[in-house]
Amino acid sequence: MQLTVWTYEGPPHVGAMRVATAMKDVHYVLHAPQGDTYADLLFTMIERRSARPPVTYTTFQARDLGSDTAELFKMAAREAYERFQPKAMLVGASCTAELIQDDPGGLALALNLPIPVVPLELPSYQKKENWGAAETFYQIVRKLAKPRAVPKEATAKPSCNILGPSALGFRHRDDVREITGLLERLGVTVNVVAPLGASPDDIARLSEADFNVVLYPEIGMQAASWLTKNFSQPSTKTIPLGMRATREFVAEVAALAKIDAAEFLNTAEADTARAPWYAKSVDSTYLTGKRVFVFGDATHAIAAARVAHEEMGFKVVGIGTYSREFAREIREASKRYDVEALITDDYLDVEAKVQELQPELVLGTQMERHIAKRLGIPCAVISAPVHVQDYPARYSPQMGFEGANVLFDTWVHPLMMGLEEHLLGMFRGDFEFHGESGPSHLGHATPAPLPSSEVAMAHAAAVEAEIAIATAQLVPPESFEVTAVPPPVKPSGPATWDAVAERELAKIPFFVRGKARRNTERYAAEHSIDLITLETLYDAKAHFAR
Amino acid sequence: MNASDSFDCATEEVRTTNTVATSRVIPIGNAAPPVLKQRGQREVFCGLTGIIWLHRKIQDAFFLVVGSRTCAHLIQSAAGVMIFAEPRFATAIIDERDLAGLSDANDELDRVVTRLLERRPDIKLLFLVGSCPSEVIKLDLSRAASRLSRQFDNSVRVLNYSGSGIETTFTQGEDACLASMVPPLPAASVDAPAALMVVGSLADVVEDQFARTFAALGLGPVSFFPPRRSTALPAVGPNTRYILAQPFLADTARALEERGATRIPAPFPLGVEGTTAWISAAAASFGISNATVLSVTKSARERAAAAVSRLRLKLEGKRIFFFPDSQLEIPIARFLSRELGMQLVEVGTPFLHRQHLEQELAMLPTETQLSEGQDVERQLDRCFASNPDIVVCGLGLANPLEARGLTTKWSIELVFTPIQGYEQAADLAELFARPLLRRQLLAA
Ligand code: SF4
Repeated sequence: MQLTVWTYEGPPHVGAMRVATAMKDVHYVLHAPQGDTYADLLFTMIERRSARPPVTYTTFQARDLGSDTAELFKMAAREAYERFQPKAMLVGASCTAELIQDDPGGLALALNLPIPVVPLELPSYQKKENWGAAETFYQIVRKLAKPRAVPKEATAKPSCNILGPSALGFRHRDDVREITGLLERLGVTVNVVAPLGASPDDIARLSEADFNVVLYPEIGMQAASWLTKNFSQPSTKTIPLGMRATREFVAEVAALAKIDAAEFLNTAEADTARAPWYAKSVDSTYLTGKRVFVFGDATHAIAAARVAHEEMGFKVVGIGTYSREFAREIREASKRYDVEALITDDYLDVEAKVQELQPELVLGTQMERHIAKRLGIPCAVISAPVHVQDYPARYSPQMGFEGANVLFDTWVHPLMMGLEEHLLGMFRGDFEFHGESGPSHLGHATPAPLPSSEVAMAHAAAVEAEIAIATAQLVPPESFEVTAVPPPVKPSGPATWDAVAERELAKIPFFVRGKARRNTERYAAEHSIDLITLETLYDAKAHFAR
Repeated sequence: MNASDSFDCATEEVRTTNTVATSRVIPIGNAAPPVLKQRGQREVFCGLTGIIWLHRKIQDAFFLVVGSRTCAHLIQSAAGVMIFAEPRFATAIIDERDLAGLSDANDELDRVVTRLLERRPDIKLLFLVGSCPSEVIKLDLSRAASRLSRQFDNSVRVLNYSGSGIETTFTQGEDACLASMVPPLPAASVDAPAALMVVGSLADVVEDQFARTFAALGLGPVSFFPPRRSTALPAVGPNTRYILAQPFLADTARALEERGATRIPAPFPLGVEGTTAWISAAAASFGISNATVLSVTKSARERAAAAVSRLRLKLEGKRIFFFPDSQLEIPIARFLSRELGMQLVEVGTPFLHRQHLEQELAMLPTETQLSEGQDVERQLDRCFASNPDIVVCGLGLANPLEARGLTTKWSIELVFTPIQGYEQAADLAELFARPLLRRQLLAA
């Protein structure tokens, strides 16, 4: 038994739903109790899909157990076929049905439906969502992919499939559009994108491509390996996340497609690639050496760490993943930054690590966003698990050249602007303009310390607000969180200034003088100094300078 | 593993493929509306969902679900976002090793609970919440609860109930939770004066309003169940008269009656009319006249009626369709039809407790189509065919219905929002007016 407060991944059948929902003309009959229908809202609320996921749940009840749950399954499958007329059916069990061992696969085959039936065995007590998605996609490909019927014409353009994008993915839709465009400009035809948008007929003709582009190995790798083995289709290894990786990806694709991409890399994409120039511009100097902590699925975490290090000039102080299946890859990557990889799906472990490392920026999932918010650290989201905010209305890919631009913007956004940070350095601790006030372009300023009665009231109000949890789906979650209210600063008797120090203080421009006085007095108090001398003043200045 | 024999296999409704056979129209009494019963896919949450509001209500309680990753994911998803640094709920996720042998599972549970309670010394009441997997593997949580209660030397009370989807639907989780709290209630002596107990969790603000009204009526003592703190459990005995504030508390009511309490039958305190009838029923039971009730509640009543009548302009004549969800559907439909002039196309409820809803049913227009249980596909067919002005449904259905041009109200909001009592009557109406107004605005 594992004590779990929040989970990074759902159960494996939710992974299967992500594949089924991504596809066309597929229906998934899931042997599951009624509460499991909650999973529909992931797609209709978080992703705002306009159609229900193509899933029928048997919703058996206690009184059905042992008597006719198998019959119930057969009936549900038959009715689902009649109502939805899918071209292929997935059948399987959720955690509870797995325990009653009705064998949905066998039951569905016995129905003799005139369509292919793909039985899914997803061990709920061992595996999780991404594994379930990968296994489901693999089983679909294995069952439905056919060897190519007619040999390829010699004159035809090189072609590839894009594998891995699914429903409820982190920016999958936009990534597919970006990468499809890139491949086409390169002269490579996209044969099939799967599972996102693919029908069973599309799966059948996967073999018509020359090679596969695996965008999300967590979901697409297993199927891609099978295609390599059975149809001799090689697959790409590079994930086009970040400017450099995108260029390497183009080179890798060019090699597989046997085309020359030099011209393309030199000219064609130069206009759209703004991120490298922005990173070089003087304003970005302040990004240098920012300490970042990276956590997410393995693909996004590895890529984000690389972009952070090589393209933004950050310092990666920690990297980790909740995908145990990819622990090896993350460990490998962590060596590059000389840090220890954190492999865990326990949210509290991640929180402890962030607390320990005190990074200046967190690149993580929605979970880390909450951790970072609580600790007052800027954060940008780079990976699933997703939230309604991760489906922006605008086009916002993570991959390809435009994706690299998006990464630059989204990661820099939570930080202070360059000049703003310098001013802060100058006036650090000023009562209106201080390090805790948050970037001026972001609305939420941390509240100033409140007297304790107001703290109590603020807290009560926050608790009231929590009751309206349901609406949180559409409202930015910030409004429902208890904002950490800093404890009131305890005033202590100021030390006395000697005449020389006092005169020196008078030379400091008036707009920073108050600040300098307070900092020096605070330094004196912290160091039990009763008389402030010139020495103390400059010690304090050095102390508070970074 | 087959757990067939651990359940009562009542086959009141026979589910077959034949549509005719599964749709039964059951009259509920003379001139009462017929009830449509269908069995198919039920698109509702399980009772675990109740933890989301119960843990806010009982402020020193912790809810430990003993279940699967699915259960953990359900609560997380239903809660929408991660709101609390360390919420007072968690899931002990059963894994393969636990399935290998039951003694291991018990040891594991003890280990998890011990670790949890060490971390959270503020917890005074721990609920072990059963799920489908724990029921199917027959993990005996009541034995575990008494074992753990002893182990923690009664410094923490450990109770158990099931929120499993094979046994409970959405709000029935609260019923199961409250029912589990009844046996530990202190006994009121036989000669104790008559006392009123308000049963069902209400938002604190609503509870305080009712407490003030009862005080103004001179009605007392009054207790609210569940209490805000588990250390302040109300006493129960033969002189306890309880009134339900929520319509989904069948088991809790039964458990209270086993302790000698008697129920004050009443409609539910939704809308001006319902609130007045509810307060009057409590008052009458304590010998307080209706005239007194009317004079004490006069200003609140008038204020509420005026606010509701403003919304009537927006809602009158609008046709509403309810998918089954919280069991609040019937009282809310009664309010919308009688006080706002809305037309009820279909009122679905996951479970119809005829006794507790007797007065509510009598107040519905006679032609109202009620449905109990669900076959979501066929209900959607009916919904599309009837093309209502507004549909009340769960989160899984709302956007797909909106995309097809229907206006929806999420039923879960009716559970999370304070809607009972006079001051909230207009808020409740507003919840239905707003989606209609919004659609109008966006269409303009
Ligand atoms: S229906 Fe059962 S298995 Fe599903 S979340 Fe609810 S209790 Fe858990």
